[in-house]
Amino acid sequence: MTTATPTMTKAASGLRNIALSRALVAPALIFSIALTQIPFLVTIYFSLMRWNLLQPKERGFAGFENYIYVFKTGDLFPAIKATVGLTAISVVTSLLVGLLFAILLDRTFRGQSIARTLIITPFLIMPAASALIWKFSMFDTNIGVINYIVQKLGFSAIGWSTEYPYISVIILLTWQYAPFMMLILLSGLQSQSREVLEAAAVDRAGAWRTFLLITLPHLRQYIEISILLGTIMLLQAFDPVAIMTKGTGGTKTLAYLLYERAFVGMNVGQAAAYGVVTVVLTIIVATIALRTLFKVFMTGVNK
Amino acid sequence: MRSAKASIITFITWVIAVTYFFPVLWMFINAFKTENDAASLTPKFIFTPSFEGFQRLMDRGMASYLTNSILASVTSTVLVLLLSVPAAYALSIRPIVKVQDVLFFFISTRFMPAAASILPMFMIFKTLNVLDNVFALSLVYAAMNLPIAIWMMRSFLSEVPMEIIEAARIDGANFRTEVTKVVLPIVLPGIAAVALICFIFSWNEYFFSVLLTSANAKTTPPFLASFVDGRGQFLAVLSAASTVAALPVIIAGWLAQKQLVRGLAMGAVK
Amino acid sequence: MNKRIKSLALGGAVAGLLSFGLVGCSSDGGDVTLTLATVNNGQMKDMEGLKGEFEAANPGIKVNFQVMEEGDLRAAVTSDVANAAGQYDIVTIGAYEVPQWGANGWLTDLTADLADEAYDVGDILPPVRDALSVDGKQYAVPFYGESSILMYNKEILDKAGVKMPNKPTWQQVAAAAKKVNSAETAGICLRGKPGWGDLFAPLTTVVQTFGGTWYDMNWNAKVNAPEFVQAVTFYKDLLDSAGQKDPVSYSFNECLTALKTGKVAMWYDASVAASMLEADDSPVKGKMGYAHAPVVKTKESGWLWSWNLAVPANTQNKEAAIKFIKWATSKEYHQLVGTKLGWSLVPPGARTSTYAIPEYNAAASAYAPITLEVMSAVNPKQPGVNPQPWVGIQYVAIPEFQDVGNQVAQLVADAIAGRTSVKEALDKGQAIAQAAGDAQK
Repeated sequence: MTTATPTMTKAASGLRNIALSRALVAPALIFSIALTQIPFLVTIYFSLMRWNLLQPKERGFAGFENYIYVFKTGDLFPAIKATVGLTAISVVTSLLVGLLFAILLDRTFRGQSIARTLIITPFLIMPAASALIWKFSMFDTNIGVINYIVQKLGFSAIGWSTEYPYISVIILLTWQYAPFMMLILLSGLQSQSREVLEAAAVDRAGAWRTFLLITLPHLRQYIEISILLGTIMLLQAFDPVAIMTKGTGGTKTLAYLLYERAFVGMNVGQAAAYGVVTVVLTIIVATIALRTLFKVFMTGVNK
Repeated sequence: MRSAKASIITFITWVIAVTYFFPVLWMFINAFKTENDAASLTPKFIFTPSFEGFQRLMDRGMASYLTNSILASVTSTVLVLLLSVPAAYALSIRPIVKVQDVLFFFISTRFMPAAASILPMFMIFKTLNVLDNVFALSLVYAAMNLPIAIWMMRSFLSEVPMEIIEAARIDGANFRTEVTKVVLPIVLPGIAAVALICFIFSWNEYFFSVLLTSANAKTTPPFLASFVDGRGQFLAVLSAASTVAALPVIIAGWLAQKQLVRGLAMGAVK
Repeated sequence: MNKRIKSLALGGAVAGLLSFGLVGCSSDGGDVTLTLATVNNGQMKDMEGLKGEFEAANPGIKVNFQVMEEGDLRAAVTSDVANAAGQYDIVTIGAYEVPQWGANGWLTDLTADLADEAYDVGDILPPVRDALSVDGKQYAVPFYGESSILMYNKEILDKAGVKMPNKPTWQQVAAAAKKVNSAETAGICLRGKPGWGDLFAPLTTVVQTFGGTWYDMNWNAKVNAPEFVQAVTFYKDLLDSAGQKDPVSYSFNECLTALKTGKVAMWYDASVAASMLEADDSPVKGKMGYAHAPVVKTKESGWLWSWNLAVPANTQNKEAAIKFIKWATSKEYHQLVGTKLGWSLVPPGARTSTYAIPEYNAAASAYAPITLEVMSAVNPKQPGVNPQPWVGIQYVAIPEFQDVGNQVAQLVADAIAGRTSVKEALDKGQAIAQAAGDAQK
């Protein structure tokens, strides 16, 4: 910050500013700690208990039994693999599709706002309903529209969940999350300075060059935030797996595995242990990724 | 020449938009079918409309679930905005030490998979005697959406040109004026986008509602899923329920979009 | 402007809070409101439709139905009952849960309350009642029950010149399925959706009639024993050669649609399906034939399932709750359904006397006799070739089973999809099952 005020006042106002800033962050911080960290402590406590809801008589202190279970059964590594794979691919496909939509919609044309609403809609539908609708009315071998078209084209029907579980999940996740990416990227495109673009047009820079040299660098912050938030949300994606593949074909993600521990196994202790392990792993990965890759995380203090 | 190219792009845009929207359109259409028509081998576009599905929603009292959803979503969204806008402001425009740590803390609260934290949450709710309370539920939703809101708000706020703020400060604007007259108008579309996204996430949240509510505070998503019939076809009634449940968010989405469009004009100002 | 919106929204929220508080208070009058957690199956919908009759006959008692998806119901009700949160006065639970929950002390012992002559507890089908009792104490009443039967489209089979006996063997069924299988119509529909209650309901009965079992008398897992492997291999081969496409997506509803639209010729599944295939709006009404569950080494192979009403031990409204569940499972209720909604809709498979109602037998003539025959013939104490240490047919009545069954079902589904071999899948399944078996020793 460069202002022309004398040093003394600047220091004083800096102090006042810091006090003010703290006061601004405090409510959010306190609220968040109360509503997420207390349950987290409870989760850690549960992870040290032998506690299956269906076996109340066996309940007791277990030490690290549940953690040993997590690492010994061999479910953890495949689940991490499935989670990372499905999340990474879906984030990239959603981002690309979202970017395409954003570019197409960043023009003025007749019915623009209707087209935009149509494209946003998949993101607005409840995920479980989307998964059910896709399973029955799109992917189904008898009554699904996709297979109807496939058969009309002379091919035999595709058993999506059996033959292509991995791809089915990615298709559905992309369909749901690309509009979210589009929303963020579109607001990025719209915040571009018109003068710069017009100057580029005057300079007869091609559309592609303009995009690569001007638009893309401008969008970097927006792409990063899309990737970051998209990853956070897709890591938790659950419904396509629960409704279409049930974890077969390498789609048993951590979110689904954990659900099974908690609500099929009814094992509070094991679910909690898996939860704690997931949080620790994510923090490690996120720390490295954020500090090395993301400008949006690093910049800010000395803007 | 130029306009021919433009209309081709417009045409392609429309084809893509309609194709992309088709599963939702198909859901709307199926909502007006009988179960047999919805399960027809050749997709039926022409059929005698049936309101059976909607009748069943009414019979089962969908209105009260929608009311709970509105209460939970609006309350949590308002709360999120009240908490996130000042916090994001401090984290982007006003100097604060350890910005990164604070930011990281917020995002890390989203790392716990929902399935792991639900049973602990259930125990806490039971101990505090707030099971089946829609406002307790909305606090959970607010906590769930807060990190996303702060991160999004922050990236919008850091787009505000520092020169404008400094110019205002030199003109003697106090903190209050700086916020209300300078910064907020610029990021209003951003706030709308954040509000929309928080509203959608709360509206569609499923797990917590299943476990933490029962007779009084149950929201729409579990109600919607309750039409999944273990012993019979349910595509038509599920489509009807999903259609009704989606309408409020589609309208909200459409309205918030207009805010985003207005942001276009503001972007041009800078 | 923005400020005004904000204050409006806040005001709305506060007003909402207040009104919510008021509603919360006013509902606690002298009246009792029972909260009943249930699933969306047809018979439950009918019960919800008729609850007004009960409320009219019992002033002061209201019944509030909380309908949930089956998985949600298990999660919500188990968490609630296990932690004594007391949100539900009546719960709908499966035959699998009743004995375990009863033994845990979570359910009200109904034995004494059901003893009156009018209710006639002895009328409940004996195998169903056996599955709901522990040490002579009955913890739930069956709302409806089902077994599994083979259903086939007579037109398609006739055209291919196939005759289906009343008690077919699996070899006969497989041969018939292959004979009628064509590009247009699959020979048979079998569940492949991974889940202990989906894939493993029919598959466990196949395993048992092939001579296999989940556990022997000493709780040693038998999942990779030759009979189990042989049965699963048979199931997979049948699906490969004459089954529907995309088995992983298929369970009851998907097969029902496939059968109604003529995309498959045969189907082995719950007996309650027959009433849907014979419904007035069904395209295959009157074209169907029904046979006993196919067998290999046993005499019968049908499963046994019931959805039951139970009263959690910690409810505040025990008396009213018991009154309601007795009403909903009484002979009078069956008459009520018959006269008000139609005789074919009477909940099947719970009471012997249902099958003595002339109107019901007339309306359900196509499938009522075989349902009663099969349901009375199956033996949940020893469904397989060898004795087993639990009561139950298509499930193992231990708390770990839904978990074990689910995991093994996922492994088998990967084998059905051709990603692993059956042997490999079942070897892994054996380890999972053995860990649960060791806990029973």
